[in-house]
Amino acid sequence: MDQAVIAEEIKRSDLLDMYFYLRLTRSLEDRITALYRQGRIVGGVYTSHGMEAIAVGYASALQPDDVIAPFHRDMGVFLIRGFSPGEIIAQYLGKQAGPTKGKDGNVHMGDLKRGVIGFVSHLADNMPVAAGAALAFKIRGESRVAFAGTGDGGTSRGDFHEAMNFAAVRKLPVVFFCTNNQYAYSTPMRYQMAITDVVERAKAYGMPGEIVDGNDVAAVYLASRRAIAKARAGEGPTFLEFKTMRMHGHSAHDAATYVPRTLLDDWKTKDPILRTEQLLMQLGYGDESYFHEVGDRAKKDVDAGTEFAEHSPLPDGRETLVGVFATPDEVLP
Amino acid sequence: MTTATATQETQTSYVDAISQALDEEMSRDERVFLMGEDIGAYGGAFKVTDGFLKKYGEWRVLDTPLSESGFVGAAIGAAMMGLRPVVEMQFADFISCAFDQITEVAAKNHYRWGAAVPLVIRAPFGGGVHGGPFHSECPEGWFFHSPGLKIVAPSTPYDAKGLLKAAIRDPNPVLYFEHKFLYRRIKATLPQEEYIVPLGKADVKRSGRDISLITYGAMVHLALEAAEVLQQEGIDLDVVDLRTLIPLDKETIYASVRKTSKAIILHEDNKTGGIGAEISALLTEDCFDCLDGPILRIAPPDTPVPFSTPLEEFFLPKVSDIVAGARKLAAY
Ligand SMILES: Cc1ncc(C[n+]2csc(CCOP(=O)(O)OP(=O)(O)O)c2C)c(N)n1
Repeated sequence: MDQAVIAEEIKRSDLLDMYFYLRLTRSLEDRITALYRQGRIVGGVYTSHGMEAIAVGYASALQPDDVIAPFHRDMGVFLIRGFSPGEIIAQYLGKQAGPTKGKDGNVHMGDLKRGVIGFVSHLADNMPVAAGAALAFKIRGESRVAFAGTGDGGTSRGDFHEAMNFAAVRKLPVVFFCTNNQYAYSTPMRYQMAITDVVERAKAYGMPGEIVDGNDVAAVYLASRRAIAKARAGEGPTFLEFKTMRMHGHSAHDAATYVPRTLLDDWKTKDPILRTEQLLMQLGYGDESYFHEVGDRAKKDVDAGTEFAEHSPLPDGRETLVGVFATPDEVLP
Repeated sequence: MTTATATQETQTSYVDAISQALDEEMSRDERVFLMGEDIGAYGGAFKVTDGFLKKYGEWRVLDTPLSESGFVGAAIGAAMMGLRPVVEMQFADFISCAFDQITEVAAKNHYRWGAAVPLVIRAPFGGGVHGGPFHSECPEGWFFHSPGLKIVAPSTPYDAKGLLKAAIRDPNPVLYFEHKFLYRRIKATLPQEEYIVPLGKADVKRSGRDISLITYGAMVHLALEAAEVLQQEGIDLDVVDLRTLIPLDKETIYASVRKTSKAIILHEDNKTGGIGAEISALLTEDCFDCLDGPILRIAPPDTPVPFSTPLEEFFLPKVSDIVAGARKLAAY
């Protein structure tokens, strides 16, 4: 991305906010990984290390009343939508204070009031759901957009295709994305699909698509903003393929020996935090001491969150029985 | 109902009762909208939504692509945003394509993260219409085992209308299994005024003192026929129509069995692992001390629903099966 363009198109304060959220995501996920290694997290840990720019970029491009159905490595979304590090760590620890009160773990959390649709393990299941949210906006004539994505692996599921088709047919205000990190668990792209770019899949549905550098937060932000503007203007859905690399195993227990080291060494130089720092320096928006200060701020937030989560109670076993059915007052008006 | 005269009351068919419920709910609440294959200009495979497109427009009567998982997923999303989608499965059999969205997303969202999903899925189910293995299924058992869903299966026009209205107003995902065989065969005079049949309440369709016959859907009519035959022999059936499978009205079931001390469970879904197995187990757990005989289940064999007339007739429960079962049980 040409820096002059970025300087012109992205407000300084927005770029600096994005930098903070990149650092906060990294700090939080590093802490979660450390807690996992200490055996304090019983469930799985799937992080976005090396891919933080995607969630931070697109979530920053949305309005607060837009709705997001995040991919399973989109921690930045939760932070930008106001989930505190404390709440999030509580979720990982299975505590009552987590957004699912211990009913579910890790990134499987959501909150309609904060416009985040809870993740379902069954990959791509939330793609049609997000199309349905967009359908509601369209039926009611609201100027809201839904933003939903899955990984390269997830795009092989029928629900991905059913959602793309339905959204295109009805010109729904939704943006679909794929986080193409080149592997699905251990399965490389070449065994996932017989095409090199996932964006090809959009063509079949008559949907415009774009390939975006997923490690460049400014590029993600700008491409998202364009797609969101189109959706809001009634021009229908867009598909964005964010190219990136998963810099670690599928989850914290996976050493990813199936990934060639040279590939990782190459992508390490494209780390989204480093890339953003270079950009900020070029623009004269920040220097080493500023980066240090932001990193400290993020770490303090995560320290406080860890403290809060560790001291908050586990749910009572009997809570298991609560909440299978909704009551009428819980339905959105 | 405008043609009703003072002398002759208008009879409403089961299928028209469903249409009326949809129409009334759509007029009452603009959040209610419909999705499904061919429900617009064509009016639906069974004409339940005939004329709706004209009345409500293409954003409240949405013809969808042939894509059950996709449009059920979309209905879930719209429901979470505050709308009240009513989805039509063209045939209940195709609900298998949307199984994942129903059991993994709709059923679990509220439990997991507090998101209510006020959604109704209408599914024309059941045999007796020579539909063969893919147009005659009773898939309610697949979902009976999945917490978070409500399941409704009306047997009369009155119940069909009142239960559908209740389902649309319920804050949860409701599967509404409407029986194709009853669509135009069963008629009744419905009240002029608005009414609701609450979910979770069974109805004793015939009161009797000897044997409880617990059933739902089209089988209710078979049970009532059998009761007529058995009455000649002095065997008095208490016919409990479940109406709602989840929540299951245990109180009414138990009250009936405590009265009669004998129970037959009848359903059109396959026998193994069906709803009858669950009710039988519940009766053993909770009513063992009042039972005077074994709990019988009458249900089709564990095969797909066959096509050819003699095969389908063999497959489906018959009045004679109920009569034979009741005689056997009466002898205890
Ligand atoms: C429908 C379904 N099948 C299998 C799985 C198990 N699973 C979890 S993550 C994963 C790979 C996902 O790959 P991708 O979508 O590329 O995202 P990535 O995790 O590589 O970032 C698999 C197979 C699942 N969650 N859902």
